[in-house]
Amino acid sequence: MSRTTYREALRQGLREALARDPRVFLMGEDVGRYGGTFAVSKGLLDEFGEARIRDTPLSELAFVAAGIGAALGGMRPIVEVMTVNFCLLALDPLMNTAAALRHMSGGQFSVPLVVRMTTGAGRQLAAQHSHSLEGWLAHIPGLKILAPATLEDARGMLWPALQDPDPVLLFEQGALYNVEGELDEGEAVDIRSARVRREGSDLSLIAYGGTLGKALAAAEQLAGEGISAEVVDLRVLRPLDDATVLASVRKTRRALVVDEGWRSGSLAAEVMARIVEQAFYELDAPPARVCSAEVPIPYARHLEEATLPQVPGIVAAAKGLLGRI
Amino acid sequence: MAAPEPPAFALTLLRDMLRIRRLEERAAELYGEGKIRGFLHLYIGEEAVAVGALHALAPGDAVVATYREHGHALVRGMPMGAIMAEMFGRQEGCCRGRGGSMHLFDAATRFYGGNAIVGGGIPLAAGLALAERMQGGSRVIACFFGEGALAEGAAAESLNLAALWQLPVLFCCENNFYAMGTALARSQAQTDLCAKVAAFKVPARMVDGMDVRAVHEATRTAVEAVRASGGPQFVEYQTYRFRAHSMFDPELYRDKAEVERWKQRDPIRTYSARLLAEGLLDPPGLAALEAEAADEVEAAVAFAEAGTPEPVAALERDVYTPEAR
Repeated sequence: MSRTTYREALRQGLREALARDPRVFLMGEDVGRYGGTFAVSKGLLDEFGEARIRDTPLSELAFVAAGIGAALGGMRPIVEVMTVNFCLLALDPLMNTAAALRHMSGGQFSVPLVVRMTTGAGRQLAAQHSHSLEGWLAHIPGLKILAPATLEDARGMLWPALQDPDPVLLFEQGALYNVEGELDEGEAVDIRSARVRREGSDLSLIAYGGTLGKALAAAEQLAGEGISAEVVDLRVLRPLDDATVLASVRKTRRALVVDEGWRSGSLAAEVMARIVEQAFYELDAPPARVCSAEVPIPYARHLEEATLPQVPGIVAAAKGLLGRI
Repeated sequence: MAAPEPPAFALTLLRDMLRIRRLEERAAELYGEGKIRGFLHLYIGEEAVAVGALHALAPGDAVVATYREHGHALVRGMPMGAIMAEMFGRQEGCCRGRGGSMHLFDAATRFYGGNAIVGGGIPLAAGLALAERMQGGSRVIACFFGEGALAEGAAAESLNLAALWQLPVLFCCENNFYAMGTALARSQAQTDLCAKVAAFKVPARMVDGMDVRAVHEATRTAVEAVRASGGPQFVEYQTYRFRAHSMFDPELYRDKAEVERWKQRDPIRTYSARLLAEGLLDPPGLAALEAEAADEVEAAVAFAEAGTPEPVAALERDVYTPEAR
């Protein structure tokens, strides 16, 4: 165990991958000289040099697509997109090439690309730097979508993502960069399963990324009121690990999904649909969810806070599910 | 005017142009019969570009092409039967029938599509070239696109990236003067494409794309420059599409006299006349080449006709790479 932050854990993962495989390189806007917009790659330029810590022009479309090309050419690129909103400039190569190429080419070409980007709100960055679009990207077959919410995942998801022969998008939670804790270096990290982060018996709180900490805080508060909440961390948003989610829900018989994405057409909707499809008769209450308000994320602190899922809202929804209001 | 090629090579150039022409004429007929569906974009009239340019590449070089790529795939070495079967949607096709006319891929010849997002292949080529550069190789990545693609951000971003990082990309711009139905002057303020590209510090040259010999010479010079400098080169081939954009195009945007004028410069007719005049070919020799092309086309059609549909059970195969066991 060592004391560290989410940011440093991410950097540790990067450093280990770069040291371990000469095909791995990092490219993106300001990853080198600047040290990374959020200082994740700080110091890596000195350690690994300009060829492998590669500052790019402001050309999201081209450098994401170039990452695909480099992956096809035998490298193992890690492309950093500064913020999830900017990846919209690169949706074409992500969807039309990276996600489609293997199937479209009849199995001839896999794309072993990793794209890292910052997601989520909570830092007063307003409507062009704060959205949670990972659920939206999780709509696309051919991609794998990861949402590290713990220090272990922040450090450990990168290497298996690089080992994966297919394109993996890794969403780092902007609000977590400064979160400090004990990193368990011995924990095995996979990129295929959801994890139960807290055991409970009365209901399942299903969360990921920026809502995991809030769900855990809500569970703690609920415990004070005699309610035992289990917390499931989805971790992998595509492909979803139905088995872990359903095992929890079958045990608690109640499900509350907590998702920082917008409600309509959300990942929360997908998770709820799967629960209803597969465990309808085992439920004691209709599944419920807490999502972000359906507005572009506003700047003012009180408005931003009102937009996002918060602990009191999660607690209230959990109690509602148990008929305890 | 360039010096004549060695006789055998001259015949190769003519043979390949004929192979493309006859393949596509037959494909158009088969489209009429309903054997080929979807979009079918014919290259007829532009054959000198693919043939002259691709014969300037070495075997290990990579090619990225557009959705008008039957000719490029064929010249690069893909069997005509695999191309035809792909257009028939058969699993004996190069992409098992998942791609169709617009998405021909071939790992064996490093043929990376078959890209049907205009400009989408250009940053992909830059990425392949980045991998080549980082691995210390000397292979060239030839990227074909139309003049219409130069209006895309992907082109501007990629030209900058290739020049900035000195990537071994050969940008092959097939200027047929119409982006689907929109004339160059109606869509781009700067119609001097070499001047536009030179602003990115990519050395550029223009050549008559109806003259296979000139195309070959210019491309060979450009390829040598890429290999010598390690950096990119741009070649504009001025050419003309004799047929409609696709099978759904009534050609309201250009007048018949213009098409007829260009047809006077048919690259196959002019080149065979030149070879006859130069004594490199005689009428029986030409007839033999024609017969050879016709036989190859009929064999390809027979191969496609005998092809089988991929079982629907395999529909989801290759969305992701199968796990190694």
